[in-house]
Amino acid sequence: MDTFLDFISFKDPNVIYVVLGVVFINAASALIGTFALLRKRALIGDAIAHSLLPGVCLGFLAAGEKNLIFLMFGAVITGWLSTFAVDIIVNRSKVKQDAAIGIVLSTFFAIGIVLLTYIQNHASGQQAGLETFLFGQAAAISRQDVIIFLVVLLVVLVAIIAFYRTFVLVTFNREYAITLGVKVKAYEFLITTLTVLSIAAGIQALGVILMSALVITPAAVGRLWSDQLPKIILLAVVFSIISGIGGAFVSYSSAQMPTGPWVVLLLSAIVGFSILFSPKKGIIARYKKSRENRLKILRENILKSIYVYHEKMMDKSLSLQMTVTDIMETRRFDTDDLTSGLRYLTHKGYLAKQGKSISLTDSGKKESKRIVRLHRLWEQYLLKKTTIDSDHVHSGAEAIEHIITPELEKELVKELGITGIPEEDY
Amino acid sequence: MNDFWIILTASLVAINASVLGVFLVLRKMSMMGDAISHAVLPGIVVAYYFSGDRTSPLMLLGAALTGLITAFLIDWLAKKVKIQGDASIGITYTLLFAVGMIMISGWFKGNVDIDLDCVLYGDIAMINLDKIIVDQNLYLGPRAFYVELVAGLIIFLFVILGFRGFKLLSFDEDYGLALGINMNFWHYLMMGLVSLVTVVSFEVVGAVLVIGFLIIPAATAQLITKRLIPMIFTACGFGIIAVLVGFYLANWMNVSITGAMIAVSGILFFKVMMINAMVSRKKLRVKMH
Repeated sequence: MDTFLDFISFKDPNVIYVVLGVVFINAASALIGTFALLRKRALIGDAIAHSLLPGVCLGFLAAGEKNLIFLMFGAVITGWLSTFAVDIIVNRSKVKQDAAIGIVLSTFFAIGIVLLTYIQNHASGQQAGLETFLFGQAAAISRQDVIIFLVVLLVVLVAIIAFYRTFVLVTFNREYAITLGVKVKAYEFLITTLTVLSIAAGIQALGVILMSALVITPAAVGRLWSDQLPKIILLAVVFSIISGIGGAFVSYSSAQMPTGPWVVLLLSAIVGFSILFSPKKGIIARYKKSRENRLKILRENILKSIYVYHEKMMDKSLSLQMTVTDIMETRRFDTDDLTSGLRYLTHKGYLAKQGKSISLTDSGKKESKRIVRLHRLWEQYLLKKTTIDSDHVHSGAEAIEHIITPELEKELVKELGITGIPEEDY
Repeated sequence: MNDFWIILTASLVAINASVLGVFLVLRKMSMMGDAISHAVLPGIVVAYYFSGDRTSPLMLLGAALTGLITAFLIDWLAKKVKIQGDASIGITYTLLFAVGMIMISGWFKGNVDIDLDCVLYGDIAMINLDKIIVDQNLYLGPRAFYVELVAGLIIFLFVILGFRGFKLLSFDEDYGLALGINMNFWHYLMMGLVSLVTVVSFEVVGAVLVIGFLIIPAATAQLITKRLIPMIFTACGFGIIAVLVGFYLANWMNVSITGAMIAVSGILFFKVMMINAMVSRKKLRVKMH
């Protein structure tokens, strides 16, 4: 608890830099990552991240010391070259994009390793700490780094706000954008550059291998919660920042714990949570929905078979007393399903129960008429307006009767000119 | 003599990886191979932690299971949770790699004889330290060579016996399904073999660079031929050339051997691609005349 208080009160001034640095990096990469993900180019981020290594090494060789501006400049150049190389391979040969990404990623990374070992074996002592770019070391973030990260975040933010509509257009409908005369290539270049820039900023905290997580995962989580782009972006940024601060805290409270991997772990935990609990696409929500649908269909089928029983008995008033066996004879139900369905319908006031006999209440009569009507309207529609054989119309209506909306019902009535409940006269 | 064993072992890694890589490239699953090679890290760390002497075959098999779990997880995320395919790959491998890194630098610190450099590009120069010697003086070669040899035999056996299945998987999965063949079985068998290659090659080339051995020679071969069996042999050839050139280049420049091998392999790919483009342009010009 004390550690936690120390952490949030920034007792150690270094914590401020780490937290601010991680927050800026995570926000920037989540912002631009959403566009990368939606453009189905998530793994290009992977290629870019691996390809920054040779640039970092070249930047070091050029500066002769660990100057962040030089390192980032080199990183941006090789990172950008890597996306260019992927495009060339895909356009000029029959090698597919996934293999192109794999080739570029490993070639650039290998060149980076060659340069890194060259520096280690040839340069003088100054190279210490260059390896932090491989696995990241958030604890080493300094005041100067934080300012650079803030600049990167602001550049990304301003670019997205300024070109939001065009970015959206290029992302979702590239062909349409071209016909509108939008300079698609230029905007794609801009998006790529922003992606490279945020990844380059982030490798110091997460390293070249895990950096793709910051680009891909937040946006994927956002997609699980919403279909609207502004919400996806906002959620991606919020989730990314939360896991960033969490990762910084874990490594603060236990010195040997690395920040980057913990950020990724926490992000993945948020993914897991979202997969379970997201209101629309979550597993639990989907299970609930399919269960509700099943129960609705069961209840409507029970009411329908009660109506059909009355029809068989030539009773127009729908007020016969019937038993469970009567229903079962009209239509086969699973016994447990039928019992629970009847209990629900009684509880909701559609059915009245007296001892063993069941009868429809007024609202029950109305509801059962409605369903039978929808079923038969659809049958009539299939018979009269389509060429479907009469022995197929029943099964089609069986499925669709549960989802016909009142508007559709009106349309059907208008189309067929039928009032009341049609007879099964085919 | 040491150089000879290093080249021989690296060539075996290249052959093992290229054979499987051809199938991965044909199936457009290169990034699945990338994901598996990163994601076996926690499996390897746990295997080293429990076996101590880093050579127990059972532990290696256990580590290879991590690769299979990765493949399952990616398929599950893509098909059941309906997360975009490329994002499923990215999410899964970064998670497992992060777990591996936390294990190395956090929980098992000092107990596991792995450093992070080894994860990246292996210790191919060191393989001669771990020798197999019988009768106290008969030197048979480095242990890594024999591990690769066994893995190579396993891959050889599976590819020969399951050639029909793998071929169907690569060219017409739907036809295979229509024939009533369990394509899932062949898919996961292949993923299992890919993780096996990654795990056994870990000491030699590291978990990150192995993707270069898997994909690059196979893609280069794909540029040259369309037929499966020639493609496999061409891929192995390119792999071995990269190993030879890379080794001498690395010795000359005094840099990472594995890094140089993959860099050479990649440059070779770009060269072949350019020559290919030139040749086809010439052909086009001849046709137009």
